[in-house]
Order: sequence, then C-alpha cells, then structure tokens
Amino acid sequence: MVMDPRWEGFAGGAWTERIDVRDFIQRNYTPYQGDESFLAPATERTRRLNEKYLELKRQEMEKGGVLDIDTERVSSLLNYAPGYLDRENELIVGLQTEKPLCRSVNPFGGIRMVVSACRAYGYELSDTVKEQFKYRTTHNDGVFRVYTEKMRKARHTGIITGLPDAYGRGRIIGDYRRVALYGTDRLMHEKEMDLKRLGERPMDEENIRLMEEVSRQIDFLSRLCAMGAQYGCDISRPAGTAREAIQWTYFAYLAAIKEQNGAAMSLGRVSTFLDIYLERDLRSGRIDESQAQELMDQFVLKLRMTRQLRTPEYNELFAGDPNWVTESVGGMGEDGRTLVTRNSYRVLHTLHTLLPAPEPNLTVLWSEDLPERFKRYCAKVSMDTDSIQYENDDLMRPRFGDDYAIACCVSAARIGKQMQFFGARCNMAKVLLMALNGGRDEKSGDQVGPEEPVIGPGVLCYDEVRARFDRYVSWIAGLYVDTMNVIHYMHDKYAYEKIQMALHDTDVHRFMSFGMAGLSVATDSLSAIRYAKVTPIFDERGLVCDFKVEGEFPCYGNDDDRADGMASALCHQFITELRKHKTYRGAEHTLSILTITSNVVYGKKTGNTPDGRRAGQPFAPGANPMHGRERQGALASLNSVSKIQYDDCRDGVSNTFTITPAALGSDEESRVDNLVSLLNGYFALDGAHAAQHLNVNVLNRQTLWDAMEHPEQYPNLTIRVSGYAVNFTRLSRAQQLEVISRTFHEAM
Amino acid sequence: MGRVHSIETLGAVDGPGLRMVAFLQGCPLRCKFCHNPDTWDFSAGREMSAQELCDQAKRYRRFFGEKGGVTFSGGEPLAQARFVRECVAALHRSGIHCAVDTGGGVASPEALLLLDEADLILLDIKHSEAGGFRELTGGDPAALDRVLERLARTRKPVWVRQVIVEGFTQSEEQVRAMMRKIAGINAVKIELLPYHTLGAHKWAALGLSYPLQGVKPPEEKAMQALRAVTRQRVRC
Repeated sequence: MVMDPRWEGFAGGAWTERIDVRDFIQRNYTPYQGDESFLAPATERTRRLNEKYLELKRQEMEKGGVLDIDTERVSSLLNYAPGYLDRENELIVGLQTEKPLCRSVNPFGGIRMVVSACRAYGYELSDTVKEQFKYRTTHNDGVFRVYTEKMRKARHTGIITGLPDAYGRGRIIGDYRRVALYGTDRLMHEKEMDLKRLGERPMDEENIRLMEEVSRQIDFLSRLCAMGAQYGCDISRPAGTAREAIQWTYFAYLAAIKEQNGAAMSLGRVSTFLDIYLERDLRSGRIDESQAQELMDQFVLKLRMTRQLRTPEYNELFAGDPNWVTESVGGMGEDGRTLVTRNSYRVLHTLHTLLPAPEPNLTVLWSEDLPERFKRYCAKVSMDTDSIQYENDDLMRPRFGDDYAIACCVSAARIGKQMQFFGARCNMAKVLLMALNGGRDEKSGDQVGPEEPVIGPGVLCYDEVRARFDRYVSWIAGLYVDTMNVIHYMHDKYAYEKIQMALHDTDVHRFMSFGMAGLSVATDSLSAIRYAKVTPIFDERGLVCDFKVEGEFPCYGNDDDRADGMASALCHQFITELRKHKTYRGAEHTLSILTITSNVVYGKKTGNTPDGRRAGQPFAPGANPMHGRERQGALASLNSVSKIQYDDCRDGVSNTFTITPAALGSDEESRVDNLVSLLNGYFALDGAHAAQHLNVNVLNRQTLWDAMEHPEQYPNLTIRVSGYAVNFTRLSRAQQLEVISRTFHEAM
Repeated sequence: MGRVHSIETLGAVDGPGLRMVAFLQGCPLRCKFCHNPDTWDFSAGREMSAQELCDQAKRYRRFFGEKGGVTFSGGEPLAQARFVRECVAALHRSGIHCAVDTGGGVASPEALLLLDEADLILLDIKHSEAGGFRELTGGDPAALDRVLERLARTRKPVWVRQVIVEGFTQSEEQVRAMMRKIAGINAVKIELLPYHTLGAHKWAALGLSYPLQGVKPPEEKAMQALRAVTRQRVRC
C-alpha cells in the first residue's frame, strides 16, 4: 500500500498494510513525562461557545430535563440536515439532530418506550413514525415473541432487572479512530474483501448472518461518508490535520449515537491517538498549544451535548441522563513506555476549561508505572472536580493488551476487536430470599423459581440454607443465560449496530456480560446466618417476611476474611454457574459487580434481609460494602473489595469511594500525596488483592445537603456514583438521599 | 498485650502519608476539650498482642507508600509504652514507619525509650504553663517537661500541635509561650488546631457533663493570626 499524502511525517509499518490503529499509535506517539504547566486556558471563542451550551442546558433543566424532541423523524445518519450550536465559532461540527440538545426518536429498540418517553415530556410521537413502525418489528417486539412465562416472571419480580429488552443494549465501542486514520473508502474496501472471503465459507446460518451484517456495515460506512459531506467534509480519505482527525473521529461517534440509543455509548481511547496529529501540527507550526486545547475543548463540548430520549422509569435505573461517553486516558504500553501524552492532560484539563461535568466519562487507566507527575495531576483534578474514575491498567493490560478501552463504567474490551452483549444484573439478595421461600417472591407471593417447601421455623441452619441457595443460584444462572440469548439474538436481528460493528474487525470476539446486584447484602445475610443466630419470621401467607438476628457476625467491608471470603466465593460461584450454559454466538461469559444507580430500585424491590437491612432500603452500589457497616475505616473497606477476583468478574468490579477533604490530609500538598498513595495502594497487585475500579469523590456531606436545597447554585456539581459521574442536581430526591447516606470517610 | 480502643485504617492527618492509626485505651489526663473521652478508662477496650497489631498493619502496607506507616494515638500511648515498644520493634522489622501521638503525660523510663525508638513524635502541648496545664488537663506538667528534655537531647523529629481553646490557649501570648517551651526540640512542623465540639456528644454518652459548655470554637481569622506567630520564630 502506498503512503497516503495525509500520512506525511508518520512512521509507516503494518498499519499501512492492514487496519491496525494500535500499530499506528505505537510507531508514532510521543510519551509525555512532564507536568501540567504547558496547558493553555480556554480561548475566548471556546468560552463563548460553552456559555451558549450552558444556557441551553439551563433551559433544558427548567423544562424538566428535555429541551426539545424531534418527533417527526426516526434517528439515523442522514435523516437530519446539518445542525449547529454556533456555526461561526464551532471548529468541530455535527449534531444528533438539526438543533442543539433536541432529542431524536429511535424506536428500533422498542416503539412503546419512545411513545411513553415523548409523553412523559409533553410530546406526542408523530403519526408518520407510528405508521412506519406498524410495519416493522422492533427489538422489543422480537424479544417478547419468544420470552417464556418464566422469563417474564423473573423480569417482573425484579430478580433480573434492567435487561436491554426494550432499549438499545449499548456497551459497544466502535473504533472511531479508524475513520480518521484511514477514511471511509479504505474501510469499505477492507470490508468488501472480508465479504469476499466469507463468501468462500460454507453457507451455514452463522456465516449467512455475518455476511448480511458485513454488507449492512458497508452500507452504513457509505452513509457515514455522506453525513460528513453534509457538513462539508470529505471523510472518504484519511484526516490530514489534527482538526480533521478530531472531526473525523467525532463524525464516526456521532453516526453511532444517531443510529443507536444504546445505554452506554462509549468513545474508547482516542486522546493519545489524537495527540499524534496534534503533535504533528504543533511541530509544523500549524497550531499552537492554545489552539490544540481549543480543538480538544470543542470536541469535548460536542461529546457533552450527546442526548438520548429515555423514559422516567429508565432514569430511575440510570439516573442523571448519562450516556457513558467513556474515554480511557493514560495507561502503559506493553513495551513499558507510558501511553500518557500531552493530550491526556488536555482532555482532563477540559474539566477546568469547560467546568466540571459528568461527560465524557473520563477514566484514568492507572498503573504503578504511570509518570509521577501525571498521577499527581489526576489527583488534583479529582479533588477539584470529583469527575474522574480510575481503573487498574496493571490488571487489565495483561488480559486485554494496551489498546483496550472501557465501555460504560468498568467493562474492558480490545478496541475494534472485542464487543459485548450487555446483560444488566441479577439481584442476588432476592435469590437468597427466594431460596428460603421455596421459589416464591417475598413481595408478591408469586411462584417464580422451582417450587420447594418454604424453609421451616426455628434458627436457620447455615448448611441447609446454603444448600437451598446453591440450588436457586444454579436455577437463576440458567434462566439468566437463556433470557440473554433471546435478547441478543433479537437485538442482532432487529437493531444491529451497523456503524459500530463496521468499525470492528469482521471476526470479532464476543463477551456476554452478566451482572450481580446486592453482593454486600447477600454476603452479610449469609454471614449472619452462619455466624449469628437468625430466626425467620413468617407472614400470614406462610412466607418468610422478616428475621430475628441475635449475636454478632462479620460484615463485608472490614477486611475480615470470613465475610470477604464469602463475597468473593459468591462471585466465583455465580460465574461458574453461568458458564455451564451455552451462550448465543458462542460469547464468552463475563460478570460485573456494578449497579449504576439501580441499587436504589433493587432495594425497593427486595424485602427484609437477614443482615438486618429493612425492606425497601437501597443496596450498596456496585461492589461497595453496605454503608454504616464499615467499622475499620477506609483502607479496610478497600481491602475487602480488592479481594474479589477479577478473573471471576472480568466485566468489572465497581467501587465508589468518598472522603472529606479534611480526612484526606491537612493541606493541598498532602491531600495530593495521600490520594496518589491511596490509588497506588488500592491498585497494587499484591497476593490476594487485585482491585479493578475506583470512583473518587473528595467532598463534604454538607455540600450535598446544600446542593439539595439550592440546586440552582450548584449547576456543575458533579459526583461519581457507580461507574459514572452525574450532575448531583439531576438525581431524584431518593437517589440524592441515598448518595448522602453512603459512607463518607471522615477524620476521627 | 496492650489495650486498644479502636483501629482506624485510613489516617491521613496523624503523621505523614496514609497511616493506620491505633487508638490505645487509657489516658492519665482529663483534658476539658477531649474529643475521645471514651479512651480514658484503662480497663476498657480490647486486648491485642503486638503481633496481631503488626499483622493488621501489614495488610495496609501497600497503601503506606514512602511516607506512611502506623501512628499510635489514644488515649495515651506512652502509658502503654512497653506494649507500643514491642509493636514498634515488630513494625520496624517489616520496615514500617512508626509515629507516636502523645500528650506527654507520662515520663516513665519505658516511655522515654519509646520516644527514642519511634520514628516521629506528634506532641500535643496542652498548655505551656504549669497552672494552665493542671487546670486544662487535671494532670501533672512535670512529665511533659521530662518528655521535652528527652526529645531535645535526642533531636527526634517532632510535629508539635496545640489545640486553641478560648480562655486557655487562644492568645498570641500563649502561642509565644508554647514556642518558647519547644525551643530546644527538633520541631519539624507546628500545627495549631482549632478546638471543636464534635466530641461533646461522647461526654454525654458516658454520663459526664461537658466542661467547656458554651465555649465557642475559634474563628478562622483568629487561627490565622496565631499561626502567623508560630512562623515568626521557627522554620516549619
């Protein structure tokens, strides 16, 4: 392959011969060991643009969370004329619809969701769209054609919740960088070659499906190219400048969010890739640092403008209007060089230039070997903005290489090579109650699981409970896999991600990512039964409705191996049970311990538990210990969580950590030091410990109380919840109270 | 064996870096502003061996980094000097930095040896004058003087702290007196901490009446003025 003229100044290699962005990065990027002093402030132009956006955002809040909905058209790549926020001042262009923050309708996941979402905000979906979808099967229609009664019951009682059966599954990251590096012509050409190759294979069902998918991918690449042309850009060819590289990458991402209303539409790992273009332009004098920052600011501003239309029920699960535009920053290369570049700093610096905000979901890939100055800068930005999450590169790199990214909150995948079938989560605390009640739901009394006699009266015998519990874990694992198979078969069939999969290799590795909620409640409940005296109390239906607990029992979160061992064993047990069942398209089973904000809803749907938690009370988020039960301080709690084995939970283990500034150190300098030590310690791979993820908040509870009372004074107050960041004021009151009730590590 | 009130695994303000803080049970002083009166009683708390404490600290070692370690606080760690010395020896064998947070209320031979063996002393000067000391703490100021003598002789690094309480230590004169008192020791850091009422509820819970009822915590401005006094004499 001849070097394209736009690649001038780049070192060639395998990446010119085949689609290989990693190879391009490795041969061309410039590691940066310095500090943040080179950074430039926001330009006047960026500030004006951002003010315009913030004003629209304010209006959006005033209107109850949705500024406008285009109800006339169905979202896709070419259904809208170009839209602008402020055409004269925009360096990076492209909107999802014709107007900024106007939401599109995307009924491919399910038409009912769209109709009710429109109504919730005072709009009515147009007759045109309704009429079109009379003759179309949505993903949701497909799923419910096949769902069995058992699946419906499990879903209805909330033992499995948040399943992507009525909305886009998301969590797929297209390698958006490919468009910038190669242009759409080359990408289409490669896909044509793949199609030819597939045509030589025997035409079994799998091959026919894949061939159809690849032809749809090619079709959407040509639409992506046309979308670029609408905005006056020729993206059929590689990007020639940094501005073009950012623009091309953004167009690719924009195409994805126009096509798909996926729960998490993550960006990948673009900042170090883009640094190569920025460095080239800086070297040639085409731009200076201020302009480099401006390009990144404008890009990030566009990412912040991502909007999808969702129902209020959806928001209850995933609060604060998140899109998980997750960008993975930093990390180390397999050759030992850091992947931190100046642009890693620039992207974090947008939290200053554009003020703190939840999106993009900035995720620092932490390694012991990261440059010390970068670690300190991250800690400072965390303390200033509470907007960063950290994930363990030293843990993931050996498993995913050095060109992986995080989808959503904690799900790692090699970019463009691995995708996942997202699968929400199973409520393990409820499984335990169901086991005691012989398969009946403790709330409705319905028979949901296999029928057994309700457990007898008197003090619970751990071995007996355990044997029952194991039977029900095994049952729910089978049902869960089957349900996921139905969902993803239908999603592929009726809402296939054409543009995102066009930006993957054709032979892609698939994960099927299951989840568990209520880990701490289930663990502490089992611990109570084992180490204390727990006597069930029965209601008039003869079901266990409450428990009398006598004596002490170890709780997860205190670095007590008795309880912590039960938590990690539970994760191991569940993934082992899941693996016994065959997945759709041979996907590899993975498990996450992550609840987003759904820990509140899960709590609502779960009765009294043997750990003393009352019915309706929220669970702890993700893999966090239950609040108020950590008696040994923060490091003990971190140690407990880091005992969960990542190889059992390859889809991620989320932990949210909140500390008051006063407890982190007596002055700014020591707070930075201490936060760096805390992250180094938590992520150190040390025998039994291998932590994956940490959300860090450094704030006072009083600030949150004040923000609840005076939301207008805190429009940019961002906090980390479970794997993502939210505008605190966009949470419901129940969720705000739950956040405030969480453990804040305070000085004694 | 020692008597331990509680362990806080993340201490970030009691010595350098991240530290495990062992709050020892029992204190000879009865400071009026004490925010941990539940650590006074020598017979309360739980028994723990030096080995147990050391084993627990080792679980957090990866967080300690280059600066952190273990801080013995209380209560009064010098009152259990034999036990704490045993802990320090064990921790040192594992290369863990040890700090002792004391009010200087004990000056037994064992306590003085502990001062020698710890890596850093956090010394709380309750009051710089004998009368004020007695009134504020109910204890004998002679022990503090012996502690200071020892620290002066060994040049052990010390973080000096004083709680600023209205009517006792809240005046430039008092801060100057404190500066004179510590003139001979190797004070690498001087911290003035505003008195706070966060521990008042613990007095009530123990059925004790709170002696500083109505005393207001100093304002930030007053604290700044006093902090300026500490900077006049000694390099921090």
